[in-house]
Amino acid sequence: MQKFILGRKNQITIISAILIIIGFASELLFHQEQLAMYALALASVLGAAPIAIQAYQALRVKVVSIDVLVTLAVAGAFLIKNFEESAIVTFLFLFGAYLEQRTLQKTRSAIKELTEMAPESALKLSESGEFEEVAVDDVDVGDTLLVKTGAKVPVDGTVLSGEGHINEASITGEAVPVGKRKGSQVFAGTILENGTLQVVADRVGEDTTFGRIIELVEEAQDSKSEAERFIDRFSKYYTPAVLVLSTLVWIFSQDIELAITILVLGCPGALVIGVPVSNVAGIGNGARHGVLLKGSEVIHDFSRVDTIVFDKTGTLTVGNPEVADIESYVPDVQKTLGYLSSVERESDHPLAKAIVKHLGAVDTYTVQKTDVVAGGGIVAEVDGHTVAVGNVGLMEQQGVVFSEKARSDIKRFEAMGNSLVLTAVDGELHILMGIRDQIREGVKSHLHKLKKLGVKHLVVLSGDNQGTVDLVSKQLGLTEAHGHMLPQDKAAFIKKLQAEGRTVAFVGDGVNDSPSLALAQIGIAMGSGTDVAIETSDVVLMNSDFSRLPHALGLAKATARNMRQNIAIAVGVVLVLLASVFFSEWMNMSIGMLVHEASILVVILNGMRLLRYRS
Amino acid sequence: MKKLTIQLETLTCPSCMQKIENATKALQGVQKDSVKVLFNSSKVKLDFDDSAIAAEAIEQAITTLGYEVKKSQVK
Repeated sequence: MQKFILGRKNQITIISAILIIIGFASELLFHQEQLAMYALALASVLGAAPIAIQAYQALRVKVVSIDVLVTLAVAGAFLIKNFEESAIVTFLFLFGAYLEQRTLQKTRSAIKELTEMAPESALKLSESGEFEEVAVDDVDVGDTLLVKTGAKVPVDGTVLSGEGHINEASITGEAVPVGKRKGSQVFAGTILENGTLQVVADRVGEDTTFGRIIELVEEAQDSKSEAERFIDRFSKYYTPAVLVLSTLVWIFSQDIELAITILVLGCPGALVIGVPVSNVAGIGNGARHGVLLKGSEVIHDFSRVDTIVFDKTGTLTVGNPEVADIESYVPDVQKTLGYLSSVERESDHPLAKAIVKHLGAVDTYTVQKTDVVAGGGIVAEVDGHTVAVGNVGLMEQQGVVFSEKARSDIKRFEAMGNSLVLTAVDGELHILMGIRDQIREGVKSHLHKLKKLGVKHLVVLSGDNQGTVDLVSKQLGLTEAHGHMLPQDKAAFIKKLQAEGRTVAFVGDGVNDSPSLALAQIGIAMGSGTDVAIETSDVVLMNSDFSRLPHALGLAKATARNMRQNIAIAVGVVLVLLASVFFSEWMNMSIGMLVHEASILVVILNGMRLLRYRS
Repeated sequence: MKKLTIQLETLTCPSCMQKIENATKALQGVQKDSVKVLFNSSKVKLDFDDSAIAAEAIEQAITTLGYEVKKSQVK
């Protein structure tokens, strides 16, 4: 019986709507007041049935739920023969619940899409040597599985045989297919776009990278901040309080109408639902864009960040020095370039490598007698000449005289952030090269976006030498740059920033920076989603794409703002309703219920806006 | 001690979390502190003593409240 009624809520809602229309039509158009009364009374009873059942079940487990308040209100209205109000209130309550369900499904859709990407079945090699389809839960570590074109990889594993291209967007957010062959790692939830693979299972189910991501997101969407826990505690006592208030009003004023109106107005819907709705929509948006935000506490902290610390220059630069500028001081440098290449070929210094790479195929000469001058460069005998390759200090030491032009070139190259390599042949300056690390594409504009979002301090802490760090910092307009930093120095530096009262986010790869990731208010792991990074950080950027960072911060800010709006809407509505019941003429049960349901829909729709957020 | 995860129909009403929490906590054999009702993912997670109560009985208690159980998993 109970199941029958609760399972047909939608039909009941439609029937009661029809009855209400019949009721009002017969009263207003045909003046059949008797018929109108019957229709509205029937609508009330019908509509109240599922609500009353829920109320009864709630009371059985000692909860004064909204259903209880509404049931009492409807019963009261019925008693004083106000069938219009009882019918409309029950209808609005049922219809509101229906709309809430539909809209809530939408807000949760982003995360649902993610969880539905989880593989469900696998082709497992059985003892008979055939591949049989089994549920993914029945796959164990060590099983051999067959993955066909178009299928999802069911486990994290290693390719035994076969070749193919896999779309790893579900793990890395990168939609470019990755080639796989024997020995390659494959990940659960990724899709084989072409080819056939045999895979041995290394990790299954919740232990896979995808499984962890899903678990993390699922927990994040329901994690609660301090403020939410307060609202929960508050609402536990709020509904009983409304019940008491309305009883008191009834006893003292003997006005049943007023008492039941208070019951309806006091329903706490939007307040309890508002924050979780913003939370799930914000986290869902992130999950779609390769940004994992671990819960509403994280969103709250992240939205207030004023200092972002980067763990190394490599995050901002390509990490690959290249020859950027070149000047020559003799008419024909062809031979000199050959000498230079020959000398640098013997060194594994990063600058030397950059030069060899830049010069490409040139004539090479046999190098005799090489002298490495520490902190200066190399002096060698090549083709009967003395060739000196190194910095300005080495040149001076070799007695090279600089022309006016050379001096100004050196100044200019340094100002552009170059490391200088000079080449002199027999004490005469031939070539000046400027070498620098390339800034990653787009980093500058992303940093600019972060500043616009209110981040005041952009800091880089690096193990590189101070010179390199300063150059990067200057090019990008960072506020602070510190070189020669060991992991423990970085952690100490973050402590210092926090002592100054700053809210610090630390961006690292999660490999050797776990202490700093854990220490900063917000640890942001950037990279291919390694286990350590997923565990220790608060925010995970699914691949090392720097552009996700402004999106993550903007989203956190938008979500935090959305939560505040929803709380304001909810509290505002209750205050206005309660005030108007005492101070206005127009307030009654039906309007109260309408406003109450509308406010719930408004907070859901407001939350839904976050699904469309773009930085 | 076993772990039970129940997937429910989409939870929408604000007070349903409290109802489900109270209903499951009242059951003999259910670890009170372990009960977690997840509103957005519409799941219930709890630890229970399988010698004192069957998973089906816990599901039944939730169904009685009027919430449909879609899927459950004992671990």
